[in-house]
Amino acid sequence: MLLAKDLSFRYPRQDWILQNFNMEIAPGEVVGLLGPSGFGKTTLSKLLAGYLSPTAGDVRVNHAPLPRSGYCPVQLIFQNPELAVNPRWRIQQILAEKQMPEPSLLEALGIHSGWLNRYPHELSGGELQRVAVARVLNPATSYLIADEMTAMLDANTQALIWHRVLDYALVQNLGLLVISHEAALIQRLCNRVIDLVQVRASERWKGA
Amino acid sequence: MLSVENLSITFSMYDRGLAQKQLTVITDLALDVQAGEVMAIVGASGSGKSLLAHAILGILPDNAKVSGSIWFKGDLLTPQRSSQLRGKAIALIPQSIGYLDPLMQVGRQVQRTAQLSGLSASDAKAAVNRTFDRYGLAAAVQRLYPFQLSGGMARRVLVATAVVAQAELVIADEPTPGLHPDVVAETLSHLSQLASEGKGVILITHDIEAALQIADRVAVFYAGTTVEITPASDFYSGKIRHPYTQALWRALPQNDFIAVAGSQPSPDALPNGCLFSERCAGVTAECRSERPAFRQVRGAPVRCIHAAR
Repeated sequence: MLLAKDLSFRYPRQDWILQNFNMEIAPGEVVGLLGPSGFGKTTLSKLLAGYLSPTAGDVRVNHAPLPRSGYCPVQLIFQNPELAVNPRWRIQQILAEKQMPEPSLLEALGIHSGWLNRYPHELSGGELQRVAVARVLNPATSYLIADEMTAMLDANTQALIWHRVLDYALVQNLGLLVISHEAALIQRLCNRVIDLVQVRASERWKGA
Repeated sequence: MLSVENLSITFSMYDRGLAQKQLTVITDLALDVQAGEVMAIVGASGSGKSLLAHAILGILPDNAKVSGSIWFKGDLLTPQRSSQLRGKAIALIPQSIGYLDPLMQVGRQVQRTAQLSGLSASDAKAAVNRTFDRYGLAAAVQRLYPFQLSGGMARRVLVATAVVAQAELVIADEPTPGLHPDVVAETLSHLSQLASEGKGVILITHDIEAALQIADRVAVFYAGTTVEITPASDFYSGKIRHPYTQALWRALPQNDFIAVAGSQPSPDALPNGCLFSERCAGVTAECRSERPAFRQVRGAPVRCIHAAR
C-alpha cells in the first residue's frame, strides 16, 4: 500500500501548496489525479516519489517510510524525458541503471537495438520516453507515478506506451497514479479518480 | 498563399573521424496553405514538423541541404527573401515563454517586434496597446517580465508578438501541450480568429484533438513526409485515407485506444518503399518496392497505393 498521511507542503515563507492531503493506492490499482494547474499535482508526485520531503505528514510504502538512499520503490516519470536522463550516458547505460530490462519488454515498447549505442539527444522525445518507461519497469518498482507522461507524445505512441505499462502493472501487481489534463485518458485508464478541486472544497467545508 | 513542393532536407554530419554521413530528415514533403485557413500539421515527434517551420522561416542550420521549393504569395522563398519576411509577413508563435527575453518587460518586447516590422515608434506603441487590449491583457501587464506571467497570460503575449507585426502567415509551433483545457481552448480560438481575418495559419501539433477543434485541413506527417492532406471533417465522417492517419485516430483514448506496434523509422534507415510499410497491416510487396506518390482519393491527396477508392 502506498499511503499519504496528512501530507502538507510549502516552500519557506510561502502559501501551502498541499495541506493535510490523504490518499492511498493499493498494489494493482490504477488511480487518476485531476486538477487545474497550481493545485499541487506535481508537488504531490514529487513528495510520493521522495524528490521532496513533506513539511508535515508522511509517505509510507507497505507501512515503512521511503528509503533515504538506494532505489526508491515509488518511481516518477515526468513529461520531459530529456530532463530525466543523464545526457552523457548512452541509452544502454541509462536502461541498465537498475537492471537491464528483458528483451521482450524492449521489443514491446518498440525500442530498437540500434538506439542502445546512442546518446539521449540523438533520440526524439517519443523515443526517449519509451526508454524512460523501460528503465523503471523492473521488480524493484512497486508504485509508478506518471506525471503527464504522454502529454508531449502523438496519440499512437501514447496508446502504445500505456498499453505496455498497464500490461506490466497487471502482471507485476504495480500500483499506478496517473496525472493528466486529459480527462478522456484518465477515464480510459483508471479504476478511481481523485479530483483535487473537490478535495480542496471538502477541506474548506471541514475547516469551517 | 504558401506552397511547399517536393521539399527534402538533408543534414551532413560527421560520423567517424572525418567521414561524413548524410541524413535525410525530410523527403518529398508537400503542403499548401490558403489565406483564411487553418492548416494543422500533425505527426509524431521526429516526423519533421518543426523542421518544416524552420525551413519556411529560413532558419535551418548551415549543414542542412535543401532541395525542392517553397513559394510564398507567388514568389520563390529564397533564404534572402525569407530573412526579409520573417517577423514581418511570416511570423512564428513559439512554444513557450522560453523564447522571450527574460530580462525585458513584455510590452517593450512586443513593441520592438512592431518597430522591426517597419512601424514608427509611436505607431508601434499604439499597435502594442491595441493588441494587448484585444487579448484582454491589462496595460499593467506590459511592464511585467516573462517569469511574472501565468501560463494563460504568457500564451496571449506570445500570440500578441505575432499579431502586432500584421503577419500574413502565422506559424504556431506546439502551442498547447501540458496546458489546462481552458487555456488550450483560448489559444486555439485566437488562432482561428486570425484565420477568419484572412491570414494563413499553420498549427503544428502532435495533438489531433486540438488540431481538429479549429483546423480546416490537416496534413499528417510521418518520418519526414506528408502522407495525407485531408479536410478536418473527414476524421469524424470516417473518410480518412492513409493507414497511419487511421491509426492515429483509433489510438485516441476516447476512440479505441489501440496502438500500432513499432516506431517511426530513423532517418539513417528509411525503408526503400512506403515509409509506413514496416508498421502497416495492409502491406504488400508493391508497397515495399517504391515510394508511393500522391494520388487523389475521395477528393484529397494521399500517399498510399491501397487507399480505398
